[in-house]
Amino acid sequence: MFRNLKEIYKYRVLIQSLVGRELKARYRGTILGFLWSFFNPLLLMIVYTIVFGFIIRPRDPAFEGSPWLYALFLFCGVLPWTWFSSSSLDSANVLMIHGNLIKKILFPAEILPIVAVSSNLIHFLFGLPILFIFVPIFGKAYTPYIFFLPLVILIQFVFSLGFAFLLSSLTVHFRDIKDILANFLTFWFFASPIVYPITFSTIQESSFLKVFLNLNPMTHIMQGYQNCVFFGTLPHWKKLGVTFALALFLFFLGYYVFDRLRDSFPEEV
Amino acid sequence: MIAIGVDNVARIYQKYSARHRFQTFKSAIVKGDIFKALKPDELVTALDGVSFKVEEGQTFGIIGENGSGKSTLLKVIAGIAKPTRGRVSVRGKVSALIELGAGFHPEITGRENIYINGIMLGLSRKEIVQKFDEIVRFAELEGFIDAPVKTYSSGMYMRLGFSIAINVNPDILLIDEVLAVGDASFVPKCLDKIDDFRRRQKTILFVSHDLSTVEKICDRAIWLKEGRIEKMGEPKRVVDSYLQDVLDKQEVEFEERQKAVDKEQEWEEERRENRWGKREIEITKVRLKGLDGKEKHVFSPDEGMIVEMDMMTSQRIKDFVFGLGIFNSQGIYCYGTNTKLEEYEPLSIEGEGKVICQMKKLNLINGTYYLDVAVHKKDGYPFDYHRNLYSFLVSSLHKDEGITRPEHTWSFSEGIKVKPPKDR
Repeated sequence: MFRNLKEIYKYRVLIQSLVGRELKARYRGTILGFLWSFFNPLLLMIVYTIVFGFIIRPRDPAFEGSPWLYALFLFCGVLPWTWFSSSSLDSANVLMIHGNLIKKILFPAEILPIVAVSSNLIHFLFGLPILFIFVPIFGKAYTPYIFFLPLVILIQFVFSLGFAFLLSSLTVHFRDIKDILANFLTFWFFASPIVYPITFSTIQESSFLKVFLNLNPMTHIMQGYQNCVFFGTLPHWKKLGVTFALALFLFFLGYYVFDRLRDSFPEEV
Repeated sequence: MIAIGVDNVARIYQKYSARHRFQTFKSAIVKGDIFKALKPDELVTALDGVSFKVEEGQTFGIIGENGSGKSTLLKVIAGIAKPTRGRVSVRGKVSALIELGAGFHPEITGRENIYINGIMLGLSRKEIVQKFDEIVRFAELEGFIDAPVKTYSSGMYMRLGFSIAINVNPDILLIDEVLAVGDASFVPKCLDKIDDFRRRQKTILFVSHDLSTVEKICDRAIWLKEGRIEKMGEPKRVVDSYLQDVLDKQEVEFEERQKAVDKEQEWEEERRENRWGKREIEITKVRLKGLDGKEKHVFSPDEGMIVEMDMMTSQRIKDFVFGLGIFNSQGIYCYGTNTKLEEYEPLSIEGEGKVICQMKKLNLINGTYYLDVAVHKKDGYPFDYHRNLYSFLVSSLHKDEGITRPEHTWSFSEGIKVKPPKDR
C-alpha cells in the first residue's frame, strides 16, 4: 500500500496533464471558456444573496443586518463546499468513465480520483479571487489570519481525497452510491454551517445540534474558511487539528479500501 | 538474454453474479453483508500454468481461438492485470498495443491527446516534443492535428493511437490484434514499422488470428488453448497443429449440422425437390471420405477426397451413367464429370453395389461446396438425381481467389527482385 502511494508521486506529470485536460475539456466549445470558473460561483452567490440575504433577512448579529455581509459569509462556505461536492460526485463516476484506461493500458487507477479532486481544486482556486475582491467591497478588513487559508485548503484536500478514494472504488461495486451521494450531499450541505453561522442562537441553545455539528468534520473546515476570511480571527486550532487527523485517517482508510479493490476494477468498470 | 519470462502463470477472473451486480449499497448495509457482497462467487480460469521465455530480439507469436486467454496473457505481461499465481518478469520498457487510442479524450485536440497519451505510455514531455512531428507524420494527420479527436474518423483515431504507441520506442512491444482494423494502406505501413523493430533487435510479442502473418514474422510461437499452452516452438509447426485442431473442430461441427439436416430430410423425403427420378437404380447412401478411408467433411486443398455411393436396383439394366458435380456456395458449377464423359461403357448392373470416385487432390479454394450425384441413362433420363444434397468444406491458409487452385510455383528472371515468403 505504501509503495503504491509512493508510486503516485512518480505520476505527478501525468496528474498535471490530466487535470489540464479535464479543465480544457470542460469548457471546450463554450464562449466564455475559463471565465465560467468565475461566473459559476458568482451566479451562485447572487442567488443565495437574493434568497437568504434579501428575502429571508439574516437574523444573526454577526451580519449587522446587512445582506451584503451575509452574502460574503455565504460565499466563504459555498465556494469550498462546491469544490468538495463536485469532487465527490465526479470521483463516484470517474473509474467508470475512464474504464478503458484501467482496462486497456497500464494505468494507476488512483490517479483518476486524484485528478477529479485536483481539477475541482483548480476551479475553487479560480473562484477565490472573486471572494478576495468582495471582502473589502462588502466592508470587511483583511487580517493576517488570512494566511491560514492554505492550511484549511490542505485539510480539505486531504479529506476530499480520502472520501474520493472510498467513493470511487466502492461505486464500482455498488453503482447506486452515485444516487445516494447526490442526496446525501444536499443533506450534508445543510448539516454544515454554510448558510448559517455556528454561532446562530438556535444552534447554541440546542445541545443536540451543537454536538451533531461538532461531529461533522465539514463544520470545522467551513469554520476554518469563515474564521480566516470573514471573521478575520484565528481558526480554532484544536478542532481543526483533530479534523486534520481525521482527514488523514480517512485518506489512508480510503486508499486502503481502494488498494484492496484495485484488482477487481478492470473486470468491473 | 531473456526479455520476458513467464513462469507458471495463472490468472483467475472473479465473476460476480447477476445477484451481486444489481445488489445495492443500501441492501448490503441493511443485510450487513457488505464484505460478502464484495467477494466474487464464481471463478473463471483464463490462464493456467503458462510458462515460457522470450529471448531478447525475438518476435514471439501467440495464437489461439477467441477466449483462449491470449489477451489476458498480454495484459498480465503488460502489468495491466496481475497474475493470480506465478511470476512474470520483464526486462526493459514495455509498450502495449492492446487497444489503440484507449486514453484519448474526444473533446480535446489531437495535439493535446498526443501529449497526454504519450505521458500515459511513459514518455516525458521533452521526448514527446522531440517525437511530435514524427508521430503526426506517421499517422498522416498533418491537417487535422488541431481538431478535436471526436471529429476524427475511426481510421484516423486508430492511426494516431498506433503512431503514439510505436513512437514510445519500447524495448518490448506487445501487439494485440490491432492490425485487424487498419485500412489497406495503413496495415503495410504498420507491418513495416514492426519489421523495423525486428531489425533493431527489439522484442515483440504478437497476438494474432492472422496465422500467415504469424508464420511470416515470428521466430517462435505458442498456441494457447483454454488458458494452457497447447504447443510451443517453431511457428509453422505451431500454426499447423493449431490448424489441424481447428479442422477437427470444424469436422465435428459439420457432422452435427449434417446430422440435423439429414434428419429433416428423411422426414420430408418424398416432398423434397432436390431429388428426382423414378429410382429404377437408386443411390441409397453417399459418403465423403479422406484418402485414408475415414469419413470426413473438412478438407484442405491439397487433400484428396473419395465419394462413395451405395446403389441398388431391382432389375437388370444395361444403360446407365454415374456422375457427380461440385458447386460452390454461390451456386457456381465448379466441376462435373460422369462415366459417359470419361468413356466407361456400361454393360450391366443389378442388385446392390458401390460406386467410388477417388479424387487425388481437390485443388479448390477455401469455402463450402455442394455435391450433386446422379445415375441416369446415356440420353439423360434420370434414374436418381441428388441435387446439392451433400456438402463439404475446404479450409486453408491460402488467401487465393477464384474457384480452383491449380498447383503452381513462381519464378522470376534476373533483374526482378522479390522477397520470397517464408517457406510453408
